[in-house]
Amino acid sequence: MALSRRTLLGLAAAAPASAALAACGSSGPSESGGGTATYWHLSGQPQEGVRTGAVERFNKANPKGKIEVTTFENDAFKTRIKTAIGAGKAPTIIWGWGGGTLRTYVKAGQVDDLTPWFDENPEFKNRLFPNSLGPATVDGKLYAVPFESVEPIVLFYNKKVFDDVGVQPPQSWDDIMALVPRFNAKGIAPFALGGQSRWTNMMWLEFLFDRIGGPEVFQAIYDGEKDAWSHPAAIEALTKVQDLVKADGFIKGFSSITADSNADQALLYTGKAAMMLHGTWSYGIQQNEGKNFVSSGGLGFMNFPPVEGGKGDPSNSVGNPAQYLSISSKASAEQKEIAKKFFATGVLTDEEVKEWIDTGAVPIRKDSQKLLAGSKSSEFLEFVYGVASNAKAFGQSWDQALSPTSAEALLDNIVRLFQLSISPQQFASNLNKVIGT
Amino acid sequence: MSALTSSPAREGRPGILPWLAVPALLFFVGFAVVPLVGVFLLSFTTWDGIGSIEPSGLTSWRAVLTDPGLPHALWVTFLVMAVSWAVQTPASILLGTFLAGRQRYRAVLSLIYFVPLLLSSAAIAVAYKALLDPNFGLGAGLGFDWLSKDWLGRPWLAFGVVIFVVSWQFVPFHSLIYQGGVQQIPKSLYEAAQLDGAGQIRQFFSITLPQLKYTIITSSTLMVVGSLTFFDLIFVLTEGGPGDATRVLALDMYKRGFQASLMGPASVIAVILVLVGLALALLLRRLGGRDAGESQLEGV
Repeated sequence: MALSRRTLLGLAAAAPASAALAACGSSGPSESGGGTATYWHLSGQPQEGVRTGAVERFNKANPKGKIEVTTFENDAFKTRIKTAIGAGKAPTIIWGWGGGTLRTYVKAGQVDDLTPWFDENPEFKNRLFPNSLGPATVDGKLYAVPFESVEPIVLFYNKKVFDDVGVQPPQSWDDIMALVPRFNAKGIAPFALGGQSRWTNMMWLEFLFDRIGGPEVFQAIYDGEKDAWSHPAAIEALTKVQDLVKADGFIKGFSSITADSNADQALLYTGKAAMMLHGTWSYGIQQNEGKNFVSSGGLGFMNFPPVEGGKGDPSNSVGNPAQYLSISSKASAEQKEIAKKFFATGVLTDEEVKEWIDTGAVPIRKDSQKLLAGSKSSEFLEFVYGVASNAKAFGQSWDQALSPTSAEALLDNIVRLFQLSISPQQFASNLNKVIGT
Repeated sequence: MSALTSSPAREGRPGILPWLAVPALLFFVGFAVVPLVGVFLLSFTTWDGIGSIEPSGLTSWRAVLTDPGLPHALWVTFLVMAVSWAVQTPASILLGTFLAGRQRYRAVLSLIYFVPLLLSSAAIAVAYKALLDPNFGLGAGLGFDWLSKDWLGRPWLAFGVVIFVVSWQFVPFHSLIYQGGVQQIPKSLYEAAQLDGAGQIRQFFSITLPQLKYTIITSSTLMVVGSLTFFDLIFVLTEGGPGDATRVLALDMYKRGFQASLMGPASVIAVILVLVGLALALLLRRLGGRDAGESQLEGV
C-alpha cells in the first residue's frame, strides 16, 4: 500500500504518545545503529539492580560494543514496547514474557529467529529448565532467549493465623471450602485478593482448570479449538470459583484492591487474611515490607492443592517459566552482534545467578540448585526450585500465553465472573467468541 | 515596506501580523490535523499495532458499531459529563460568588481552594485510591466503619467516587472563572437592589445569576468538552472498573488500542470521540445564542 507503516503510525501515535516521547527525550532508541545496542527492561528493585548489573559487567568487558539501558515501570513498559515496535523504533534487545505477545511480534516479522544462535550455543540451552523454552517457541522455532528466574504461582499462608484458629493448611479443594467459614467466624478473611488488578483473579482459574481438567483444557484454548472454553472441566472450574466468592472466601472489598500497591500482600502479613494465591515474587515483597513476618517464620507456602476427582497432576504448576530476550529485526547487523554476544557471555552468568538468589528468586539454570542451600531464604528457594523442576506441566500465565486481544477479553470477563455478574456459561460463551484471535 | 507602519490607504495589503500565526498554525497542523487524518485512515484497517497495516474497509467500524460495549461507553461518558456538570456548576458558582467578596481572608482561601488544580490527575488518583482502600485507607486508619466501603469495587460507588474526585479537582478552576465573572458585575446594580430592600439571597438570584449567564456558558463548555478527555484520573482510579462501570469513551479507546492491540477499532472510537466533542461544542455555542460574544453589560 502507498502509505508506509512508519508514517501512518507516526501520525496515529503522535497525539497519544507525544507526551511519552517528550518524556523520553533523547534517551529514546537511536536508529543510528553504530556501536551501541539498546535494551529496554523493567524498573523496580531488587530486580532492576540485577539486570543493570549484568549490563554493566558486559559493558566493562566490551568497551567497543556497549549496551545502553532504558528502564520502564511494568505497565508503562507493556504499552511502550508495543508502540515502539509498531513504529519500527524498537530497542535492539526486547525484554518480555514470551508467549502470545512474542507470537504477535513474530507474525509481524519484528523479531529475529534465534534458533541458529541456540544451535551455536548448546551449553546455554542445556542448562536451562526445559519448561522455560515453551513460551520462546513459535512454530517450532526459538525467537527468544529465556533468562532471569522462574516464578510459579504458589499458595502462601500466614502460619500464626492458622495456629490461632487451630486449623491446618488445606490439602484439597474441599479443605479450602471447609476452612472458609472457620476463618470468617473469627473475622479473618480466608483469602487476600487484589481483584482490581484482574490477573490476580486469573491465577485461581489457571489452577482450577489444571487441577480439574489437566493442562489439556487450556491447551485446547491456546490452540484455538472451537468452543474450548465450554469444556465441562472449564465450566466446573468456573462454578467452583464462584462458589468460593459466594461463600465469602475472598476479603471483603477485593474488587477495589490492587496488586501494584501490594495491599493484597499486606493483608496476609498483617494477619487480616489467612491465605493468598500469588507469584513467588511475593516472597521478596513480604520480606521487605512485612517487618519480621518472614524472618520469624510466619510465612507458609505450598503448591495449590488437588481438587477431588480432578484429572490434573497435583505437581503441575503455572506462572512465569522465565523472562525472555529477543532481538529486533530492525536493528543493525552490528547491534545484533552485540546482543548475541550479550546473550552468550552476559546473561545468566554465575554472578547474576547469585544475585538472583540473593533477591529471593530461583534462576532458571538447572545447576543453581546447589547454590540455594547457602542463601538466607534457602527453605523457600528450595521449595520453589522443587515446584519448578518437578512440575509435570508448567503452564504459562494465561494473560501472557494468549494474544493481547484474547487476554484483554479474558481479564475483562474474569472480573465479571468474580463479581457474579455473569454465569460460568456466559463467561465461556463470551470467550469462545475471541478464541484464536 | 515595513508592514507595521501600514497606513489606512494600504489596508488591503496584509502586513506581517498574519505571518506571526504561522508557527502556531504549523503546530496545529502537525499535532492536531495530521494525527486526526491518520486516525481516520487507521479506522479503516484492522491493524494490531505491530504488524503491517492493510486496509480492511469497514470491518473495524462494523465491529465497534455492533459491539454492545459502545452504547455502554457512550452512556457512561454522558453520565459522567452530566452528573459532574450538575455537581460542579452550583458548587463553583457558590464558591466563586463567595470568593468574590471583599474580606482579606478570602484571598487566602481562594489560594487554598486552588491547590487541587495544581496537582496532576494521576497523583490525585493515586492519593484517593490509597485513602479509599477498604483495609488500609482512611476508614481503617480513623476507625470509621462507614468509611471502609468497597468504594471502587461496586459500580455505583465507583461512579460516585469518580464524580467526587473529578469535582474536587476542577471546582477550583471553575470557581475562579465565576469569581472573575462576579467581580465584573457593576456595583450599581447591587446598590440599587439594596435601596429597593432586596436581601442577599434575592440579590444572588435576581442579579448575580442572570449576570453570570455567559460565564455559565463558558464554564459549562469547558466542563462538558473537558469531560470527554477524562482519562488519566479514571484510568488510575478504577481502570474503567469494576467491570465496565466507569469505562468512558476515552478509556475504551485506550483499552482497545493499547491493551487489546486493536488499533483499528480504537481509531474508530477516537473518530467517534472527535465527532461527539465537535457536536457538543457546536451545541453549546448554539445555546449561548448569537450574541454570546457581545458584552453582557449592555443596557445597564
